[in-house]
Amino acid sequence: MHSSTKTALAAMAASLSLGFGAPASAELTGDLKIFLDTSNPAPRATMEAMIARFAEAHPGLEIETTVIDREAYKTQIRNFLTANAPDVATWYAANRMRPYVEAGLFEDVSDLWAEPAIADNLASTKGALTIDGKQWGVPYTYYQWGVYYRQDIFQELGLSKPTTWDEEKANCEKIVASGRACYTIGTKFLWTAGGWFDYLNMRTNGFDFHMDLASGNVSWEDERVRQTFANWRELIDMGGFIDNHQTYSWQEALPFMVNGDAAAYLMGNFAVAPLRDAGLSDDQLDFYQFVSINPDVELAEDAPTDTFHIPANAQNKDAAREFLRFAVSAPEQTIINDPDNLGQLPVNAQSQVADDKFLQQGFAMLSSNSPGGVAQFWDRDAPAEMAKVSMEGFQEFMVKPDNLDRILSKLERARQRIYK
Amino acid sequence: MSAAPDLADRDSWFHRNQQTIAPWLFLAPGILFFAVYVIIPIFQSFNLSLYEWDGLGAAEYVGVRNYEDLYWEWVDRDAFYTSLKNNLIWLLMYLLAIPAGLFIALFLNQTVRGIRLYKSLFFFPFVISQVVVGLVFTWFYDPTFGLLNVLLGAVGVPPINVLGNENLVTFGIIFAGLWPQTAYCMILYLTGLNAVDPEQIEAGRLDGARGVRMLWHIILPQLRPATFIAFVVTIIGALRSFDLISIMTQGGPFGSSRVLAFYMFEVALSEYGFRMGYGAAIAVVLFMIMMGFITYFLWSMYREERGY
Repeated sequence: MHSSTKTALAAMAASLSLGFGAPASAELTGDLKIFLDTSNPAPRATMEAMIARFAEAHPGLEIETTVIDREAYKTQIRNFLTANAPDVATWYAANRMRPYVEAGLFEDVSDLWAEPAIADNLASTKGALTIDGKQWGVPYTYYQWGVYYRQDIFQELGLSKPTTWDEEKANCEKIVASGRACYTIGTKFLWTAGGWFDYLNMRTNGFDFHMDLASGNVSWEDERVRQTFANWRELIDMGGFIDNHQTYSWQEALPFMVNGDAAAYLMGNFAVAPLRDAGLSDDQLDFYQFVSINPDVELAEDAPTDTFHIPANAQNKDAAREFLRFAVSAPEQTIINDPDNLGQLPVNAQSQVADDKFLQQGFAMLSSNSPGGVAQFWDRDAPAEMAKVSMEGFQEFMVKPDNLDRILSKLERARQRIYK
Repeated sequence: MSAAPDLADRDSWFHRNQQTIAPWLFLAPGILFFAVYVIIPIFQSFNLSLYEWDGLGAAEYVGVRNYEDLYWEWVDRDAFYTSLKNNLIWLLMYLLAIPAGLFIALFLNQTVRGIRLYKSLFFFPFVISQVVVGLVFTWFYDPTFGLLNVLLGAVGVPPINVLGNENLVTFGIIFAGLWPQTAYCMILYLTGLNAVDPEQIEAGRLDGARGVRMLWHIILPQLRPATFIAFVVTIIGALRSFDLISIMTQGGPFGSSRVLAFYMFEVALSEYGFRMGYGAAIAVVLFMIMMGFITYFLWSMYREERGY
């Protein structure tokens, strides 16, 4: 009875929005202030073009776009959400949006998610936008993580794409024997080590355990956590990672792979563009899913999602909602995620994944070979403070694996303080 | 007899008290801004350090728990301990800028062709931004491509990763910081040397003072004011050290190059931070340390003005 009322209401709402959708949107007037953190040239152009198309469809709207440097945005958002809120703001999914949701600074947009156009086509990312059973924004792009590797080096050494931990280690041994490092990485800004931890822990203990750890329900001194680090240590002791990674940013670690001093890079898909720019062709560069370690756990992947939100203090929420609908619509998703623009994965199931081998592989992997679940990334899944301390610990572990006991007890103390 | 009431009528309260009021009127803008931007925030920091606040929600009063946490971080040899230890290293090592600046100033204090050019070249590092200094030294120290390891390699020393080694990193950053700070001290001493009394040098020479004895007994006493200022700016500079750390290491590797100022920023304002109360507690500790030095400086200035 109860649920059928709900369905009826939803259907009514849907028909209302469908019926009045066109005329209502034509009447949108007033100002629409959009704050973006897409400050790199390509994403910036993509966003501005998309906003221009939106403006064309709604000539009555006075749209004002502000692009803020991506790093500066992370601290400025706290000020502008409270003091001088725009109507639409970019941010990140999952725990990263929790502080603003809990402070009541993001608008509940569950109504948008009830509309069939979104409910049917964006189901895969719904979980990442949900806190306390409500949705607080919409995604506009996401991308896969995985191992990008030098196919030509693999061929030269007679290696094949690994699928199990033993194959991975066997490959690495041969790569090290050839005088190279298996993996390049730059941990100066810490988060790259978080990617390794995500994969090693999800493969060793599974997605659910990983999320329990991120939410502070498991001790860092747990035997299962130690097993993750033991697996990690095998690669470290082998000489799998480049030396001095603690001094490099992720970009500074790219040349090692380009010059052939390292054979692979565990990274997000955004690494493909600079690697191609540096001269690696698609014959040299390829991708494989992070290998399975514990056969008893299902594969789970990292796929960080970037999002649009409506601040609670926004002035023109109708126009903002229309903009969110527009941004996630299938045609716009196809355009903004194609390789000429963001070069990432569209969030709308009806849109086209670009004809690019990395995006195609990533899309296939996330839609069919990630049964365990999809994580956002360590520093978005864990609370900011825990993420910071733990990633510092991961970096220390990668440089001084013998300090593991001290690191874990430090993380355990931090856990008890942070989650309370 | 009749003039007195006339005068009293003409002179308003303002006119009678002009002498007392005028200085305060002139000081008022300065006092106002100093109060709003310096004095009041100090008390606000004290207050905030007793709360737990993420900058968004409601602040929760926690008493001295933030300080207790700092104490436990000290006991556990954790981040706070590292920061305090590094601050001490900064304070001591940074003082090297004073003798180094003096040495260069003495060296440059001669009249040869083009000395002005040399002086400005030596002063150059102080003119460029700390950010640039940080970047230049980061590249200099780079373990694979850096000039330092090329130089070391030429004399057969194996490469070292200065900024990636938790024991060397602070010294590496201080060394970068000494470059502009030495230039600053040099300029202070160069101006001081202009004011050295030639007659005293003459007299010293007649008495047979030369070299180090001349420097120690005749020149240095006359450079006292310059030394004092160099000391003040160097101590304050060491305690404020932030930009170089932020540019060169972000406090890493694994937090071993943090100082209090950077730790405070990290905890309160960085991407993963927003523990405002805890950051304020660190700020209070840093303030206390600075206050110690500032009080000493003010006291010794006061003593000097009174002529001992």
